[in-house]
Amino acid sequence: MGLDVSELLEMARRCRINIVRMTHEAGAGHPGGSLSAIDLLVALYGTELSIDRHDSEWDDRDRFIMSKGHASPAVYSILHEVGYLSEDDLMSFRTMGSVCQGHVDMKWTDGVDFSAGSLGMGLSFGLGCSLAATMDGSDRNVWVMVGDGELQEGQVWESVMAAEFHSAGNLKLIVDRNGIQNDDYVNVQMEVGDVPSKFASFGWEVKEINGHSFEEILEAMDWATDIHHSPCAIIANTVKGKGVSYMEDNPAFHGKAPNDDELRMALEELS
Amino acid sequence: MSAPSTGGASRDGYGAGLLRIAGDPRVVVIEADLGKSTKSCHFRSEYPSRSFSMGIAEQNMMVVAAGMASSGKVPFASTFAIFTERAFEQVRNGIARSGLTVHICGSHGGIHTGTDGSSAQSIEDLAIYRTIPGMAVMHPCDDLSAEQLTTQLLDYEGPTYMRTARNKTPRIYDVDNVTALRIGQGSLIREGDDVCIIACGVMVNEAVNAAEKLAVKGIQASVVDMHTLKPLDTDLIDAMVATCGCLVTAEDHSVIGGLGAAVAEYLSRIDAVPLEMVGVDDEFGQSGEPLELMQSLGLTSDDISRSAMKVIGRKSG
Repeated sequence: MGLDVSELLEMARRCRINIVRMTHEAGAGHPGGSLSAIDLLVALYGTELSIDRHDSEWDDRDRFIMSKGHASPAVYSILHEVGYLSEDDLMSFRTMGSVCQGHVDMKWTDGVDFSAGSLGMGLSFGLGCSLAATMDGSDRNVWVMVGDGELQEGQVWESVMAAEFHSAGNLKLIVDRNGIQNDDYVNVQMEVGDVPSKFASFGWEVKEINGHSFEEILEAMDWATDIHHSPCAIIANTVKGKGVSYMEDNPAFHGKAPNDDELRMALEELS
Repeated sequence: MSAPSTGGASRDGYGAGLLRIAGDPRVVVIEADLGKSTKSCHFRSEYPSRSFSMGIAEQNMMVVAAGMASSGKVPFASTFAIFTERAFEQVRNGIARSGLTVHICGSHGGIHTGTDGSSAQSIEDLAIYRTIPGMAVMHPCDDLSAEQLTTQLLDYEGPTYMRTARNKTPRIYDVDNVTALRIGQGSLIREGDDVCIIACGVMVNEAVNAAEKLAVKGIQASVVDMHTLKPLDTDLIDAMVATCGCLVTAEDHSVIGGLGAAVAEYLSRIDAVPLEMVGVDDEFGQSGEPLELMQSLGLTSDDISRSAMKVIGRKSG
């Protein structure tokens, strides 16, 4: 879309409103990890991702693999901005027959490239897409987002090793380092440690940024697209629940929807 | 039918089948270090640019295959049957739930695998993959039929699992009659009207031997090679029920959830006829030669013959 920072800020605000609205309407869902991720998604879709707004199945599109599939409200809000989903679609989140399934699902939703919900698989899927693109002689990129709690899954490191081994230079990973997982803070459940060093030790190019600064995000995405010799990871330090004060850095809102009063407060803050 | 007595193991047929469909540039092979065992190594030697080693990491391998399938490739991912099970949830959630066409081959299935012992003897793979919605499950009986079914996978849409065996058994088919095989259609390889033995994998040969022993006693047995467990050829079962009035299943697999269970599930929906199951009876194997293990666990032609006599008795009773 080629948006500038002021336009990205405004899109992110709209997306945050839709994230809290759809989780409130559903009475369920994962607002915290959606709000931590949304600035990154807005920057990606707003400036970087090559997709066809009129054809979500375009073969040579860039792929975006949301591995932390429970953060589906973030994905649906951005797909609404793209034009793949309607307002009614968003408000049907988690209901029978809805195109907005609880966790992102490629069978149900135009513009979703991977059916996630079980953590640890997205980078593997992205690697498959990456290798296929190389075989096709295409210059399309494959972007993957994982959470930091998700890094506890062993399969992530199987795919990290394999991506470097296969020189997957078109594979771009974003780690949403919000520091909170389902039960508690990541460093309480299972400390994942020095994430940039871990990726670097596997031979990846790594850049650590503030995942809520569009200046830093855009610079990092430019950096990532200029890398062609190896996979690269953007470690984005984020705040769970970012933008809604009572959700920020609050493990309670990993998987809990706002009630009526909380929705009102959130909308006041975001308006 | 007469058949040559020599040939390869079904895993050799998988390797040969991959080479036969290699002309389609969509075909890719993904390995987890066991290509020399599963026989995908031959494809890798001939087509290295379309072969990918994922190391000893089966979970990643399965979902990499899914990503390739989503991008228009036709991936064949293979390892030992037992190690595919390590990635069951990846197969379920990463491949099948999205209806992606990934063809998984698990070699060295069953206790017939032998001296490696129980850690390598998958006796539950057919059962678990049968439970996944939309997933086809196959277990061919010799190299030629494995090759034939593998080539047909090129045009098959949806996730599949094919179990192959490590060791050679006598060929059931020849190069001419094997071409009649179709995924999802059982193969009637011997006709008789006293009892029908429905078998898969290495047990098809045991079933043929059992039928010959029964014939000496004046009992005429049909033998079906049910190389596809899912979708199950219920038309053929209907015909065998009508012709024989009783059935024996035979598999190198647990009797829980495998071929016998699949047939029993179907029989429970129609006017049931007596059924006896020959298979591994809810126990693990151990190290040993295939024949020793088959004798120990009750998987020989004699076990099938005894079950046939028993089920015929139930029919007349």
